[in-house]
Amino acid sequence: MFIKGTVFGFVLLLVVSALIIGSILRGRRGVLPKLRVIPGVEAIPEAVGRAAEVGRPVLFNPGIADLTGDYAAQTYAGLEILSYVSRLCAKYDVSIIVPIRQASVLPVAEEIVRFGYLAEGKLDKLRPDAVRYISPFQFGYVSGVLGITERERIAANFILGATWSETPAYIEAGYGAGAIQIGGTANLHQIQFYVAGCDYTLIGEELFAAGAYVSQDKAKLGSILGQDLGKIVAVGLIFLGVLLASFKSNWLVNLMNK
Amino acid sequence: MVLSKQLGQLIAAISGLVIGLSGFINLPAVKVASQELLNWGVVLGAFALGLGFANMLKIHGMKMFRGSGSERAFSLILVGSMLVMVVVGLVQGIQSANYKFLYNSFLVPLDSTIFSLIAFYIASAAYRAFVARNIDAAILLVTAVIVMLGRAPVGELIWSGFPPVTDWILNVPNTAGQRGIMIGAALGAIALSLRILLGIERSYLGRG
Repeated sequence: MFIKGTVFGFVLLLVVSALIIGSILRGRRGVLPKLRVIPGVEAIPEAVGRAAEVGRPVLFNPGIADLTGDYAAQTYAGLEILSYVSRLCAKYDVSIIVPIRQASVLPVAEEIVRFGYLAEGKLDKLRPDAVRYISPFQFGYVSGVLGITERERIAANFILGATWSETPAYIEAGYGAGAIQIGGTANLHQIQFYVAGCDYTLIGEELFAAGAYVSQDKAKLGSILGQDLGKIVAVGLIFLGVLLASFKSNWLVNLMNK
Repeated sequence: MVLSKQLGQLIAAISGLVIGLSGFINLPAVKVASQELLNWGVVLGAFALGLGFANMLKIHGMKMFRGSGSERAFSLILVGSMLVMVVVGLVQGIQSANYKFLYNSFLVPLDSTIFSLIAFYIASAAYRAFVARNIDAAILLVTAVIVMLGRAPVGELIWSGFPPVTDWILNVPNTAGQRGIMIGAALGAIALSLRILLGIERSYLGRG
């Protein structure tokens, strides 16, 4: 019934899911952990506020991944934060520009930004070219984003999602425009560029937690506790693996391959 | 409105669950359902491309008529190029000599040009990052210099210890850090997926 080599992963997924769902239920009842401050998330209102002060737009780049596939979760995480940023932009009368590479992300981003302005009662302030489809080609998209960054002289640059080799281009163009930059990705091979070039970076799990963190929704916050419980399970397995490997036992490795 | 919201959540939950299960379970029904849903995704993606086309025409059409000098010119070039590709592709087909000429002579070189710019952006980013303004940046600077020397042939000539030290940095602290980030990101992705499947996270439907 199971595909070979996936039984352990499936059981582990069930365990972690149960922990997260349990934490969500606890969160709904108001039992919430004290969350550490994520500087990159705390800086989002500051970045939008700065854009309001200087009267220049905010650029929100949700990455170049699609809504399906291995990297989709990062796109959803970026869009979750876009929901918050677009509301802030509407609140402070700041223009937002959202460049899009994947066509399937376009209607979703349009709806998110429109709802953000609608929720603040400022739909009339939403510029008609706020969400722009650029190109399905990676570097066609990059050239479009670089052009927007330069021509619009953006004041805040949010790069939150899955990005690849083009990452330094976004960051250096934003730096050239004098923008405050908040970046985040779970793509391991790109994190160093964000750390080196952005003012604030959301590393890996912080990108996924950010949307829940800014919403202050009890159920969503509960899921962050579930994530941390999952980490305890992972650390436990690492210790067990180290211990067993030290005694030359392959029991855990064999179990994982079942 | 409420019905469309609930229907959207239901479709997302069922699709996510079926496609997720197909990664573990070897049942023909699950496989067929998963493949079917993925095919629908491709079809929807093709429709979305039409939306993208319309979005570009709307935005750049506005700029062609109301934009400033340079904006007007850029938009004119973009819309013109796009229409030429579409017309040649539809009339002669994407395997035709004309379409291939346009693709290989314009699109590919432009793509490569932008890609090659990345080297300069990396150099510029490295220059900014390698200023030892605090202890973290100093550690980054020292580590980067060791790794660069360990990877370049001249490094071994200067000191034979550079390559093994580089290997240790890459295989021990670097790998440990990367695996930590990977585990955290995977758990974060699971939590986000569950929030979507359970209908707690609805921002992708345009509702916070």
